[in-house]
Amino acid sequence: MWKLRPLPTFAGGKPETGNQDFKLEAMTGKKLVFSILLTICLQASGHAQRVKGSDTLLPLTQELAEIYLNEHPGAEVIVTGGGSGVGIAALPENTTDIAMASRRIKFSEKMKFAEIGLDAREVIVAYDALAVVVNPSNPVDSLTREQLEAIFRGKITNWKEVGGEDCKIVVYSRETSSGTYEFFKESVLDNKNYMSSILSMPATGAIIQSVRQTKGAIGYIGLAYLNRYVKPLAVSYDGGRHYAFPSVETASDGSYPIVRPLYYYYDSRKEAEVSPFISFALSPEGQESVLEQGFVPVKDEEK
Amino acid sequence: MKRFLEKAVRWLLTASGFVTSIVILLIIGFLFTEGAGLFREPVIEEGYVLALNSENPVRELNAAEIKAVFDEDVTNWKELGGADMPISTFRLEDADEHFSEEQLGAQYENAGALISGLVAANPGMVAFVPESMIPEDSGLNFIKDSSISPGEVFGGSEWFPTATPAPLFGMLPLLLGTLWVSLFAILFALPFGISIAVYMSEVASPRIRNFLKPVIELLNGIPSVVYGFFGLIVIVPMLQRVFGLPVGESGLAGSLVLAIMALPTIVTVAEDAMRNCPRTLREASLALGATKWQTIYKVVIPSSMSGIASGVVLGIGRAVGETMAVLMVTGNAAVMPHSILEPLRTIPATIAAELGEAPAGGAHYQSLFLLGVILFFITFLINLCVEFISARNKAKYN
Repeated sequence: MWKLRPLPTFAGGKPETGNQDFKLEAMTGKKLVFSILLTICLQASGHAQRVKGSDTLLPLTQELAEIYLNEHPGAEVIVTGGGSGVGIAALPENTTDIAMASRRIKFSEKMKFAEIGLDAREVIVAYDALAVVVNPSNPVDSLTREQLEAIFRGKITNWKEVGGEDCKIVVYSRETSSGTYEFFKESVLDNKNYMSSILSMPATGAIIQSVRQTKGAIGYIGLAYLNRYVKPLAVSYDGGRHYAFPSVETASDGSYPIVRPLYYYYDSRKEAEVSPFISFALSPEGQESVLEQGFVPVKDEEK
Repeated sequence: MKRFLEKAVRWLLTASGFVTSIVILLIIGFLFTEGAGLFREPVIEEGYVLALNSENPVRELNAAEIKAVFDEDVTNWKELGGADMPISTFRLEDADEHFSEEQLGAQYENAGALISGLVAANPGMVAFVPESMIPEDSGLNFIKDSSISPGEVFGGSEWFPTATPAPLFGMLPLLLGTLWVSLFAILFALPFGISIAVYMSEVASPRIRNFLKPVIELLNGIPSVVYGFFGLIVIVPMLQRVFGLPVGESGLAGSLVLAIMALPTIVTVAEDAMRNCPRTLREASLALGATKWQTIYKVVIPSSMSGIASGVVLGIGRAVGETMAVLMVTGNAAVMPHSILEPLRTIPATIAAELGEAPAGGAHYQSLFLLGVILFFITFLINLCVEFISARNKAKYN
């Protein structure tokens, strides 16, 4: 099912050209029913809290909102997706109270906020770690960021160049529409482009299946999707001095490098309205569902 | 009353015919206008400029060169026809690393001046920044921007629609990928489809036919994503083992899945056509002493050629336009296909995978519509071929 949703042009770092752009967004039936219900709720009460943005954070925030609403029957929380850029763009337009983002606010977006004098506060609600996985029969078990960059950009094409067997490297990636694709490009490839002959798969499940059945395969998946059919690699970002395997522990103590924080942004003038929900998200109970959803909880001292 | 009713029905039928035709024409018109918009888009992302130091003599870069510069594949201006000095790149998002919050000012009002100062101080720097941020008296040079040329789009071999600052829209690998997969799919499906159709209409007993026909038609009812999954889990590993490939996701896997999917269409339509072959023709042939087999291939098949051809075309149509199954098994690597055993990317898979995230009205979005136009022309050509074949056949037999 498709739904048209207006999107201001500067989402995604583009400058505003004056007219409104539209973005096609695939919506599942469940999501649609949810948003219809929410629209009805919105009309029923004027002071509902609206949360909008990243699709990565969407299931987690929906879960948090559900528990929160059970405990606070009088409250209203409306959660919609659309992507990090959409959420952040909605903040200055006052069409959302909290913007969910799976990346840090961009400099160009900060400039937009500054122009209208909006002071956005940033809260990290959870961390998301990406695991680099290979076929279980592959003897290689650690790589540096530089080696990963060379592999994903097509400069290294054989496993023997990184200490493995003489076998062609088959590189799997996600489709360009995925937030995971963008994050991996930023973090591991240093914003350079993937090679053109990369195999792009429509879903994480497809990557796991392909890596499982292809001997020379390498790919990346969210930490929560790790299973025994694929082998995670230890990764080093300091040129091979420290390697860390991906796990909830290494991701939360900072030793595993391919980790992205997931943010909530809100207008500082609305702090009183939004703080009950945000402090619930950061509470031990909220962080427990963070863990259940496959994300890495925020450490105590960071709250 | 009755006459009025008849009139109303006739009016209703006419109206629905016209409305449908007009809607179809409007859809095609929409597709074309959106697609043609790509050639009005600038090479560098709209509203942005590539600013250079005033000492730098380079003025023109094409999209591929810009990508190479920002990917650090090209690291010296010498390679681009400039002076012998290293290239350094600057993106707006790097501003936080170069300047402190105090320097930028509370409203970031100093950002433009600071960035142009930075570029003016570094002779080898190229900065990708919004046009509006650079002060008019900055004295910087800019890369000349032109609109995207059809030659680069239709003849280009690199598909990087999300590359910044300059996306690459070379559609040749996608077009060739689509044609390769469809061609091989038809090569597999055609012999099997025709033989099943001949068996069912001429050889099989009514009992077997009554059993076989629903089974084959059942294949039509399976959703394409199920075929895709079957392909990914069964066909892909099988090809990997049989051909000893490093990667099983390949054009061949896509062709096999598509062949299975096109089969029921070809069989059903071709079988119907053969069974509709006039009884008089068969009896005349048998009366002249021809055997059953001679009757089949000298009389039945030629006389039902137009039906068989339309079955084949419907099958090709399904193969060319099929999205989900192909998306899952071909690996979607946007490279020029050199062999059917390598991963490739088709046009429908590209549209399905990328349209969801392409900002509407942007160059990426328009390029996907242009791919739709190309797909439209492929199907249109195939349809013309069928019209031609069946017209020739009719003339011969009537």
